[in-house]
Amino acid sequence: MTDAALAPAPSTDVAVQIERMNKWYGQFHVLRDIDLTVYRGERIVICGPSGSGKSTLIRCINRLEEHQQGRIVVDGTELTSNLKNIDRVRSEVGMVFQHFNLFPHLTVLENCTLAPIWVRKVPKREAEETAMHFLTKVKIPEQAQKYPGQLSGGQQQRVAIARSLCMRPKIMLFDEPTSALDPEMIKEVLDTMIELAREGMTMLCVTHEMGFAQAVANRVIFMDQGQIVEQNTPREFFNNPQSERTKLFLSQILGH
Amino acid sequence: MSDTDAQTVAFARETMIPAAPPPASQRGAIRWLREGVLSGPLNIVLTLISLWVIWLVLRDFVPWAWRGIWAAGSLDECRAIRDSRYGDGASVACWAVITDRWRQLTFGFYPVAELWRPPLALVLALLAVLPVLFAGLPRRLLWLSAAAPFVIYWLLFGGTIWGPLLTALGLGLAGLAAVAVGRQRGTGWGALAALAVLLAAFLDPFGLVVAGAGWLDGIVPLVPALAASLSALAPGSAAVWAPLLVAAGLALVGFLAAGLWRAGSPVAAAVVGAVLAAVLFLDLFAWIAWGLDAARLDGLFPLVPPVSDWLSGLAPLGLTPVDSDDFGGFTLSITIGLSAIALSLPLGVLLALGRRSDLLLISAVSTAYIEVIRGVPLIVWLFTAQLLLNYFLPPGTNFDLMLRVIIMSTLFAAAYIAEVVRGGLASLPKGQTEGAESLGLPYWSAMRLIILPQALKVSIPGIVNTFIGLFKDTTLVAFIGMFDPIGFASAIRADTDWQGIYWEIYIFIALVFFAFCFAMSRYSIWLERRLERSHR
Repeated sequence: MTDAALAPAPSTDVAVQIERMNKWYGQFHVLRDIDLTVYRGERIVICGPSGSGKSTLIRCINRLEEHQQGRIVVDGTELTSNLKNIDRVRSEVGMVFQHFNLFPHLTVLENCTLAPIWVRKVPKREAEETAMHFLTKVKIPEQAQKYPGQLSGGQQQRVAIARSLCMRPKIMLFDEPTSALDPEMIKEVLDTMIELAREGMTMLCVTHEMGFAQAVANRVIFMDQGQIVEQNTPREFFNNPQSERTKLFLSQILGH
Repeated sequence: MSDTDAQTVAFARETMIPAAPPPASQRGAIRWLREGVLSGPLNIVLTLISLWVIWLVLRDFVPWAWRGIWAAGSLDECRAIRDSRYGDGASVACWAVITDRWRQLTFGFYPVAELWRPPLALVLALLAVLPVLFAGLPRRLLWLSAAAPFVIYWLLFGGTIWGPLLTALGLGLAGLAAVAVGRQRGTGWGALAALAVLLAAFLDPFGLVVAGAGWLDGIVPLVPALAASLSALAPGSAAVWAPLLVAAGLALVGFLAAGLWRAGSPVAAAVVGAVLAAVLFLDLFAWIAWGLDAARLDGLFPLVPPVSDWLSGLAPLGLTPVDSDDFGGFTLSITIGLSAIALSLPLGVLLALGRRSDLLLISAVSTAYIEVIRGVPLIVWLFTAQLLLNYFLPPGTNFDLMLRVIIMSTLFAAAYIAEVVRGGLASLPKGQTEGAESLGLPYWSAMRLIILPQALKVSIPGIVNTFIGLFKDTTLVAFIGMFDPIGFASAIRADTDWQGIYWEIYIFIALVFFAFCFAMSRYSIWLERRLERSHR
């Protein structure tokens, strides 16, 4: 599959704007002068060695982590300590976690309808219809009445994707969505994500699945030591990496 | 079969082996005997010793209890019957003290004609918790649970029905305002609206209705009372205290509100400011300002008595009033125990959330509260309730002792509940909060829908443990002059009829407490299993 098989090239409409953003954990300077503009419909894959700050970066976009310097504007709303703005941004930005973070005391269907009912104030029946629509889309409508603990890892991650989609987000963040899965289940989750990309969803995805990056991304970002070291189209990034650090990284992960 | 394939290195299974039951030695009674009782020489010896000890205990106790005498009017009579039936000095229980005095032990001085009321109240209380505990019942029944406390209060204390009815009405209005405004504007504004309704409905902030309160005193009733007390301590300083107190109160409110405002939560700032101002100035619980001869609900809600008197004049509906001094025995223990249990859980949950809060002041206040309350024995708090509060109240006020004890037990148990719930909160993976936050759920919704249901489930054993302890600790009120079963046991033993009896009464009391506590324990185990199953 090539880029051409996917949705048309992204617009000039800005979805996320990050300017000179810095973050520290105590004394540790975890993100340094991050500048990043994400256009609507863009699919960005972020990779890098562990501890490079890639997860922290996307967690800043829906303020699961607080940045200390610089500006982050998401969908026209700047993230400050204003709680109302934060909740607004979070309801427009979906997030999929490495460990799914489904709610174990609720059924799959309730997991999907909870936020639309309590945040969007959607009537229960309508929320359930939407939930079934998205559960069908991730190909597990028959599991709606089960609890997350009864599902396989791959199924749980697909429920997590459906749960985010039920809020009809404008942007989706993926934080290593396949890292906690058995090899047999990675494909079903990646297929779901590819499907989503095909429909033009704006996506930021932290992943080590380089096949996915080549197939889906418009842009690949390589991070090291809290900085963006290199960004390019997948073709250029993989075939013609510019920095030494990127070359080393690629040789490590592709070099078996 | 596949063992021909097993001869070679390459191997492919052709038939799957079906599942078989375990061998007989690993099942049922045989396994239990082998592993639990007779697994080795040491265990066989221990089993025999245990059997011998059990025999030693029961050898004397069973005949003593079984041959006990049930019908007698006094201990002397009991002994005479014993001597004639079993021979002089036989060791035999005299259960007659229970048949003679069970009514006192159960109901205290409750009027004999009204004895149907406490058991009915208990049955109502047990029915009212059913919809809370069993999610399978229709959600509408929760309305009945909400109404139950007022009916129970009315049943227990009697008097006009209008007081509890008006109180329920006011709280209902406040709840309605909270829901209506909360839906439109968010939880913070909802809480603010409810608070406004509460103030208007009950607290008479402008002192318009309650006679005798001056204009300014009506607005800030706590200040004159406190100022008067302080002036008495330091004579000649009367003019200083009132302005000083007002200034200190306003400063505290302003400090808190400003802190919250800066933390980016103007609504929380407004709510906390309003609540604190109300507590500081308005004497929310009307303990001090309004001369509290009428305690209980009347003291809590000063607006209720005048209106209820007026309505009673129009339509006198009511039961015979029962004074709280007449409560005694198990009725007293259960009233105090169940009230404190019902009230301490929500307070404990709030304290646990407060202690984990990011807002420094809220977490510091919660932590200080928990540590201080836990660090001091309950009996000290009960003596505080009995004695010290009276020193702080203006002369002439008489604030119902039973209510004071319920409040103290609630405050005490809440500190323990808070720590148990905090443990439950800490046991949840961080991802649960992040999952809820990433969906845009505001704090209170996330807590109510995601975090607390899971944390409380983990905390059930600890919570029930605290409840059982609290229920048994109600016997401590015997030391502050209340007649709970222990108090009555002493009184009965001081009676000339029953002087010298002790085992029988205390065994009876122990059995009743055991029945209640064991029921709670079994219930919590059942609840745990049920919740466990529903999530698998």
